[in-house]
Amino acid sequence: MNELNAIMMIAYRDLMRFLNDRSRLLITFIFPVIFIGVLGGSLQRNLGQNIGFNFMTFVFTGVLGQTLFQSTASGIISLIEDRENNFTQEIFISPISRYSIMIGKILGESLVSFAQLIGIVLFALVVGVQFTLLQILIMIPVGLIVCFFGGAFGILVLANLSGQRAANQIFPIIIFPQYFLAGVFNPIKDLPPILLFFSRISPMTYALDFVRSIFYLGSPEYDKVVIFNPFIDFTVIGSMFIVFMILGTFLFIRNERNR
Amino acid sequence: MLEYFFRMAKIISVKNLVKRYHKAKFNAVDNISFYVNEGEFFAFLGPNGAGKTTTISILTTTLSKTSGTIAIGGHDIEKEHSNVRRSIGVIFQNPSLDRNLTAEENIRFHAILYGLYPFRPAFGLMPESYKKRVRILAEILDLEKNLFESIKTFSGGMKRKLEIVRSLMHKPKVLFLDEPTAGLDPTSRRNLWQYLNGVRKNEKTTIFLTTHYLDEAEDADHICIVDHGKIVNFGTPEKIKSDLIDEYLLTDADNREKLITELKSKHIPFKIEDHVKIDLKQRRVQHLLKTIDTELSFVQIHRPTLEDAYLEIVDNSD
Repeated sequence: MNELNAIMMIAYRDLMRFLNDRSRLLITFIFPVIFIGVLGGSLQRNLGQNIGFNFMTFVFTGVLGQTLFQSTASGIISLIEDRENNFTQEIFISPISRYSIMIGKILGESLVSFAQLIGIVLFALVVGVQFTLLQILIMIPVGLIVCFFGGAFGILVLANLSGQRAANQIFPIIIFPQYFLAGVFNPIKDLPPILLFFSRISPMTYALDFVRSIFYLGSPEYDKVVIFNPFIDFTVIGSMFIVFMILGTFLFIRNERNR
Repeated sequence: MLEYFFRMAKIISVKNLVKRYHKAKFNAVDNISFYVNEGEFFAFLGPNGAGKTTTISILTTTLSKTSGTIAIGGHDIEKEHSNVRRSIGVIFQNPSLDRNLTAEENIRFHAILYGLYPFRPAFGLMPESYKKRVRILAEILDLEKNLFESIKTFSGGMKRKLEIVRSLMHKPKVLFLDEPTAGLDPTSRRNLWQYLNGVRKNEKTTIFLTTHYLDEAEDADHICIVDHGKIVNFGTPEKIKSDLIDEYLLTDADNREKLITELKSKHIPFKIEDHVKIDLKQRRVQHLLKTIDTELSFVQIHRPTLEDAYLEIVDNSD
């Protein structure tokens, strides 16, 4: 029970920090506008007719998954900022499990990501992406799974970063290629062998495919858009989550204490 | 044997503690052993870089040791993390508050992490006992008006006070303070000490202080002086004073030969430097002077303060 209360408090703190941070709020809404509006819009106009599915919707689902995954991951990395402000000391001398700390952190950053989800959905409505209410409601549990996955990925990355500078330099290098390997706005149904390999080992691929496999479920475009089926995606996500979470927490704690 | 060692009334026992940082050539803490009795005020004194913060970080479970045995409140520090953490409060050298939260939110965060109260998203929804406790503590420290303000506006002294309030929420058996007054003005320093002395008396909390200010250590029950990772001296302030302070009389006579002969015949040990130097540890000044018949031309008593003695140790060991 204590652990649960602690998890909620850690999560609540992250949400409060986000809501108090105006510039971060603004940035999180600008990216979807660029991706869906500008990229999705232009690609739909120029390439969309030949492709056999609506490009705006494709990019919308991609951005949705990518935002939830990436935002949670980068939120976790804010533990580095906490370390530089000495706040991690306060967290790490508390008598709760180290895993509770990480789960609380992931939960908090998932809530933050969901706040952005609202922005994405509203913007998609404005630019005329077609979806049903059910498709959006089902994105709540699906999105939560994607967030937790992104969070665990964030912990593993965090465990291997030495400071804020390293975080600012390395995190984009790790995340940016995944936009294309996972197919946020480019179809990856057919890839040359080398790209196929990197696409299949990039965690974001499974996050996006999971979102799309549920979103497009039962629609005629399903086969053109989805790579695996939802069960495979879920199994891969679950396995990676457990590995990232345990390995990441272990490494992070070890690096914190063993200096 | 080890079990017995842990169960004694010593709240902290440290045996053969060694810490060497990765890629370091020397031990930051070099095989030190000491103990702290329950309820006492213990001062860990030494210059910058002596190994104070390293030791306190290991004791508070935020840093791993290289070797040695440590128990706090009878709990082994490696095997029983959680019990150790529950029984300690820590004021770190650098304030560890969340600048994006209000003073009350910082306290609430702590209280909930320590399992004292269930999670509620607002102060108003917290149990009455919590609200009362926070209000009383804030009143004592004169923070009532700022309780719901972001701590970004707080002065250094206010932040320190808030950290102390926070660290005492779970009634720790031991309060660790790592140079708590560094960067505070004299008034804030004095206020802080007044409050901490009150806490000690009322709550019977053991206080473990690291400092490089000797005057902060003078009221301690025991002082442990460290330098270069080793213990230089350990004991009550009185013991340390008598160990460190070299009290002597410098004297001389126009007829120095006569004086020396007299001292020899009366079995008073002396040394000759610029003047004749007589150790005062065993004898009173007045008594000594009465026994000397030779007419003296010069008399001076050398009695350094503890501060002088401390500086001398620290300088000598460089």
